[in-house]
Amino acid sequence: MTETKQRRTFVVHVEDEPGVLNRVASLFRRRAYNIDSLNVARTHEKGVSRMTIVCMAGASEARRIEANLYKLVDVLRVDEVTDTATVEHVLCLVKVGVDEARRPEVLQILDVFGARTLDLSPCSLVTELTGAVDVIDRFLAVLAPFGILEVAQTGAVAMSRDAERPQLRAAEPCKGSSAHAA
Amino acid sequence: MTQTTTTASPASPAKKEPHPALHASGTTLTGAEILWEVLVREGVDTVFGYPGGAIMPAYDAMARYPIHHVLTRHEQGASHMADGYARASGGVGVCIATSGPGATNLVTGIATAMLDSIPMVCITGQVPSPFIGTDAFQETDIQGVTIPITKHNYLVTDPKDLARVLKEAFYVARSGRPGPVVVDVTKDAQQKSATFEWNDEPVKLRGYRPEHTPLSSELEKARELIDAAERPVILAGHGIIKGQATGLLLEFVRKTDIPVAQTLLGLGGFPASHERALGMMGMHGEAWVNQAIQDADLLIALGMRFDDRVTGKLESYAPKAKKIHVELDPAEIDKNVKADVPIVGDVREVLGSLLPAVKERKRSAWVTHIDGLRSESAERDIQTHSGEAHLYAAHVIGDLYRLTEGKATVVTDVGQHQMWEAQYYKHERPRSLLTSGGLGTMGFALPAAIGARFARPNDETWVIAGDGGFQMTACELSVCAQENLNLNIAIVNNGFLGMVRQWQELFYEKRYVATPIGAPDFVLLAQAHGLEGIRVTKRSEVEAAVQHARSVSHTVLIDFRVEPEEVVYPMVPSGKRLDEMIRRPRLSPATDPHDSVAPPAMTKTDKD
Repeated sequence: MTETKQRRTFVVHVEDEPGVLNRVASLFRRRAYNIDSLNVARTHEKGVSRMTIVCMAGASEARRIEANLYKLVDVLRVDEVTDTATVEHVLCLVKVGVDEARRPEVLQILDVFGARTLDLSPCSLVTELTGAVDVIDRFLAVLAPFGILEVAQTGAVAMSRDAERPQLRAAEPCKGSSAHAA
Repeated sequence: MTQTTTTASPASPAKKEPHPALHASGTTLTGAEILWEVLVREGVDTVFGYPGGAIMPAYDAMARYPIHHVLTRHEQGASHMADGYARASGGVGVCIATSGPGATNLVTGIATAMLDSIPMVCITGQVPSPFIGTDAFQETDIQGVTIPITKHNYLVTDPKDLARVLKEAFYVARSGRPGPVVVDVTKDAQQKSATFEWNDEPVKLRGYRPEHTPLSSELEKARELIDAAERPVILAGHGIIKGQATGLLLEFVRKTDIPVAQTLLGLGGFPASHERALGMMGMHGEAWVNQAIQDADLLIALGMRFDDRVTGKLESYAPKAKKIHVELDPAEIDKNVKADVPIVGDVREVLGSLLPAVKERKRSAWVTHIDGLRSESAERDIQTHSGEAHLYAAHVIGDLYRLTEGKATVVTDVGQHQMWEAQYYKHERPRSLLTSGGLGTMGFALPAAIGARFARPNDETWVIAGDGGFQMTACELSVCAQENLNLNIAIVNNGFLGMVRQWQELFYEKRYVATPIGAPDFVLLAQAHGLEGIRVTKRSEVEAAVQHARSVSHTVLIDFRVEPEEVVYPMVPSGKRLDEMIRRPRLSPATDPHDSVAPPAMTKTDKD
């Protein structure tokens, strides 16, 4: 079945156990789902880690990604947040090769984007910007003419805007039928 | 119709008095002892395995527990035996191996069990925990290796975790959609002591939800479609057998008059002698079955996953039919075939809900239409031909069915004989056909049948294997001898890797590359193992050999020297529409098919 693919974001809560990242990555590789970015770190809850996975997938494929993730014993909760109200940010470090002569121009750009300057040396500076992925893309495009020496980006991390705490146990995982009908 | 599956679950948790060898919870025991404490409590009495350095503490402790260990000749045999044990019993099969090569040799059997959803716990030894990651002698990251082919797996480095992990392993293996679970235990975790803690509370895993409740709205949609359908077909899969839903399916068919097509793994889940039983669907399904599916206006898929061997070309699969897909695993919904009504839940529960709701009605016109398709096929059936001058594999299997009155448990290997078995051995009861369907693992039959013998020692058990697959695991004949097994082995010996040769004949202009295969003298091979061997070269000899094998209580191997270049008909070529079948040329009663071979034509049996 071929369907239109779009950029999709999944927030996945998992047991903080060795090998969980391997299991999730293995699932995506095995089922030939292509990961754009994957971020994983511990949460405020003991024993729970949180992944934000961005990948290209069609609607039906996305539902199966969710179902397959739930089949992993260490996966506690999966939320596809592509179409829900969320904040989704990437952290980006950029080293720009710029000397004193053009530095004011660059600093002005950093100011416009709200980026912080972390380090400054005679011929370069390191800046940090946190923002949505399209903002980061524009930021890099604007800096490119000044000579980018290095870029380090995290994957996206996402969080819904509602006031609820994600329920990590005994939630009915199978939205198979209802999601399908929708 | 009796369901034997409900009574035969030797590996379900034991509820009776604890065995005197067992220790109470709270006792200090070694990890090795804890391992067997848990296995015995889980109802395990037979394990299949092969010892080695990293698992020696567990083997040493085993002698103190009521466990029968079957020493295999290769660890692949151990995983297939555990699989066969699980398939025959309905419980969890257990195999055990050492680290490194012992563990990797299990892999084919684990993958086989994974694709057919077989509950299995595989215990592997691992190098001592301080050595992990150092490329120590016989170290393999078996947890990493088996992530994609297990339902779940564990590495245990501390004996205090062992009881919990093993209990979880059995629970995960058998619950929901079953599957294999690997528990890798370091040698020091077996040697060190810990407090053995055990209670009978059910396992709680917060991330694991094996059960799904079908939505009543979807059940109602399904009922409407079923009541309105004029040309419905039930597609009964492995889920009918696993869900013990045969009785409900019989009731459902009696009420709705809907014909039942079966997947390979579904055979036995609905009695073949039933007047609404169509037989196997798919690549080598009978023509009337595939044609009925293509003509249908409704498919009711019960516990099956629309494998590519079942559907043919997806774009043209059952184009006129709405599809109701009842499946326990939500990840199977819409994977291959888009469901109009997806119902995620246990097949038995779903049938139980639908049964009182659906309308009782006859579907005479549809049934008559299918009967017409059936009679057309009968003319082409090799069983209508006497073939006395030759020995055809299909005849051997048809005769086996007749002589065993269809009551044997048959374990097949993979290839042509497997398809002939599916066509000509009519299975009446669940778990009477054990076969590697999903992975198609050659070499499966002999070890899986050995496992089945231990699960159901009173069943008449037949291995049907080709000469190619049999040679892959023939070393396990030694197990038949060492364990004094009463097993009947039919080798369908045509001197070729028959199914590949068939594809070469049909699609590679008869270039028989690497398919002619030599073999030892199987009769002498059996004798060399201290077993009995019989050679059969003519159809007139089949009955005496089969009846002799049935009458004795030791393992008998029969080497059936069959026609070398027979083809399994019908055949839907890979990627073709389900009704674009290559059919057997019509037989004329006076001539032998081999004397009158017309090149098989690609016949379209649909009406366009």
